[in-house]
Order: sequence, then C-alpha cells, then structure tokens
Amino acid sequence: MEYKLTFQEYNEALKNDKLLGLKCLECGNIIVPPKMVCGKCNSTDMEIIELSGKGKIQTFTTINVAPEGREAEVPYTVVMVELEEGPWLTGNLGGVDPANVTMDIIGKPVIMKDNLVFAGDKYSAGEGASSNFHLVA
Amino acid sequence: MRKVAVVGVGETKFSGAQTKTGVELFSEAAMDALNESQLKQTDVQALFLGNVLGDFSEGQGSIQAFAAENLGLHNIPANRYEGACASGSIAVRDAFMWVASGFYDIVLAGGVERAATMGTPLATRTFAMFGDSRYEYPSGLTFPGVFGLLTHLYAAKHGIPLPKLKEQMAYTSVQSYHHGKSNAKAHFRKEVSMEDVLKAFMVCTPLQLHDCCPFSDGGAALILASEEVAKKLTSKPVYITGIGQASNGPLSNQNDYLPRIRARELAVEQSYKMSGRKPEDIDVCELHDCFSTAAIIAAECLGFFEYGTAGEAWLKGEADIGGKIAINPSGGLKAKGHPIGATGAGQVYEIAKQLRGEVEPERQVEGAKIGMTDTLGGVGATLCNLILERGW
Ligand SMILES: [Zn+2]
Repeated sequence: MEYKLTFQEYNEALKNDKLLGLKCLECGNIIVPPKMVCGKCNSTDMEIIELSGKGKIQTFTTINVAPEGREAEVPYTVVMVELEEGPWLTGNLGGVDPANVTMDIIGKPVIMKDNLVFAGDKYSAGEGASSNFHLVA
Repeated sequence: MRKVAVVGVGETKFSGAQTKTGVELFSEAAMDALNESQLKQTDVQALFLGNVLGDFSEGQGSIQAFAAENLGLHNIPANRYEGACASGSIAVRDAFMWVASGFYDIVLAGGVERAATMGTPLATRTFAMFGDSRYEYPSGLTFPGVFGLLTHLYAAKHGIPLPKLKEQMAYTSVQSYHHGKSNAKAHFRKEVSMEDVLKAFMVCTPLQLHDCCPFSDGGAALILASEEVAKKLTSKPVYITGIGQASNGPLSNQNDYLPRIRARELAVEQSYKMSGRKPEDIDVCELHDCFSTAAIIAAECLGFFEYGTAGEAWLKGEADIGGKIAINPSGGLKAKGHPIGATGAGQVYEIAKQLRGEVEPERQVEGAKIGMTDTLGGVGATLCNLILERGW
C-alpha cells in the first residue's frame, strides 16, 4: 500500500514553513508527523491537510552538549508544542536567547516560522527540517 | 510453561573507556557465569546478546557470533538484541521465553557495550539515534534532552516548583553514588554531596552532570536454565517469575501519558500479573535511572509511589535500603554505570546477587526475597521488566 504522506513530502513543505499532516476520514483524528495508519483507529483512509503551525509550549530544554557534528549549534532550545489541532510536535524555539528560557515559557502561545534545516551527517540519509516555534507577541 | 532459573551470573567492572574489546568484555563475564553454574560450553544451547553500538564503537557487527566462538560455544545459534538501553533486558526476556517454552534447557544471555570508548560527541550522536531520526533529531534533540523535556513537563504537570524538584533529583544522585561507592563493579566509587550535584555543569536544562548517567564500557552475562536442570546445579536458584515488555513511538506521540511512560506501565502490569506479585511485595528494585528524573518517573510507573511524590519519597529515605523499597543498591545507571547493551543484564546480575545475599555488606538488602528490574530503551520506545524470586 502506498504511503500517503512521506517524510520527503513532509520535509519539503516544512522547509517552506508549511506544516503538513493527515486527517483521518474515519474518526477525524489529526496525525502529525505522518504515519501509515491513523494512530487512534488504524484507518488508512486519510487526507493530507495543512496545519496552522500555531500551538502552546508544553515543555522545553536548552541543550549545552551537542552530538558529534552539531557543536556549532549549542546552546539551543528544543520544545514540545501542543498544536492548535491537537497533536504534539517536537521542534526548536526561535527568537529567544536559550540562556533566558525558564519554566515561565510553558503554556505560552507560539507560531511556527523561519524553520531550521539540519543539513545531515554521514548517518542521517540526508537533511531534515525542524519546526521553529516563536512566541506570539 | 516451565519455570526458569538464573543459575550463574557474571559481570565485568563497569568503567570508562578501556582497551578490552567487546568480545573480550563479554567473554570475561560469560566465563564467570558459566563457571559459577558448573556447566560446560557444550551444555549451552543458544546465546542471546544485547549489543547496541558495536558497529560504531569498534566497527564490529554480529558480535554475538564472534563471542560464541570465542567462548567455545561452537556453532550454537547466537542472536543480537537491539532495544537501545533495554537491549540486555530483552535478550534475557527472550532467553526466558525459549527455556520456559521447552525449546531450550540452557541459554546464555547478557549484553556488552563500549559506550565510553566512543567518547562524548559520538556517544551523544549515536544515543540520539534512539529518538526518531526524521521527526525528532533535526531539532538537535539529544538523549539527555529527552529527559530535560520530561523534567520540566513533570514539574509543570505536578505543580512542583523547579527548585524543589531539583533538590529531590539531586538527592537521588547522592543516594546512587553512596551505593556505588561500595560496589566493586561500579563505574564511579565516590560520594557526592547535594552541593556537588547542584553546582555541577548544566548538560541540558535542568539536568546537571550528576543527574546524568555516564557512558560506560562493560559486560554482563547470565545462564538461564529450566527448573529441572537448575535443581541439579544449585541450592540457590533464582527464578524469573514475571516478565513484561512493550513499545512506544516518538516522544511527541506519547502525549496522552507524558511524563508517564505508557510502555513501561504496560510492561510493569504484565510482569506483576504473571508473577502474581504487587509493588508492595518487591524488596529490591534495580530501575532505569539514566537521569534523576528517569528514576522518579520509573518508581511511580512501577507502583512504588503515587504520581508526583517519588522525589519526596527519596528525600525521606523511602527509596533506600531499609525504606519502603530498596531502589538501586548497586548505584544504578548513574553510579554503577551504563554500558547500554549490558545494563539490563547487569540489573539481573545485581538482583540475583542481592537475593543470594552476596553483595558487599554496606549495600545488602537484608533478607531480600523478591526483586525486580526495569529498563528503558530510547524515548520510551522499548520497556522491559523482570521479577525474580528466591527458589529456596
Ligand atoms: Zn482514525
């Protein structure tokens, strides 16, 4: 069976600040990142949708020790965001000095823009975009 | 289904980077297990070996076949298990199932890793492979980062002010290092104070150096045998009476449960149900404290403490020897160390030794009859629990 929304298609869209996902036509569940079947009801009857990229920060961490090859990026902040449409998504926090991110940020509304692209390394089979969330003023 | 016993155990010292090869490390542990069991190489019917990153740490794939040959276990079937940090545990669980089923009578199970040999940058990169490579790693999420996320989420969900949670977390490390100090096999054998922990380098917020386990080298091995065989070999068989295993996808897809780990709760439920035991029956538990918060979350998912209260329980001594449940008398992952492929087998080694009353007196849980292990692999991707009991 053909995969409905592949990583490549999702990634190309994400690079252009478009967040794609799937909507289950059986139960209405929204799925992001994409999967073979609906996470709630296992249906394969899904359509590709574009999500708003808006949500609220659920948690965060500022990383000071980098994996091999990403030393120049530290410090950076990783967040988990509950999207307006329901799912949670892992991404980065943009526009805020990582040194100043505290518990106060949890619950704050954010919007995805100016997404980042990890260029890839010898293990990663190519690049990967990361959703970059910014605080809504 | 037949009863299955642990009839021989062996473990190397867990350590920083060293020169022994993966095959050598596992062979040392396995010979100790074999000698203790009084079995011969020709008695062993299969080898199930946890090894995660041999390909990266020493360019060695299929280490299980080379280890089997090296040990004189000529031509037996040998399988490698990869469930990230839970690899050793899932190897032991499968060995249990094959012996329980009657297909094999005697199996060698264990694990080996040279995580420290890789050095911090490569180890950090390869450990991050146990998150989702396409949908999580582009953000730069590291393994400590996963528990940084869970720690802040835990504080927010339970309404615990971060400085208070940090104090509880620091104490879990103080306790771990205290036990590691008297464990001859431990990677770190020194005390740390609350002040040491709270002053140390910030790896990723809010986890400081001692909140994190080290990358370790080491191996552990166990001989599992059917009850019939076990009774002939030893007066102190340690029976595996409950097993559980479950899986999960990317961290963000576990959002309905976080910071609880759903796969752990399922695996725990399976192992309690199978053994007929309850959390209050467990005397000693080796749980997966790769990070301070991981210990707190694990102790709650295992049913030892109410959600949101385990950190406080640690501070009160309830998670220590002599408390409600003796957690990680070995020093756990943070002090005993974390050679990831071997860690779960090392937990079983510790529980078997505890039940037999054979650990250093400073950290012996007196009269322990029932023990449990808990191992987490990846971002909650692979969870495995085992319950072990005295057979005498
Ligand atoms: Zn559905």
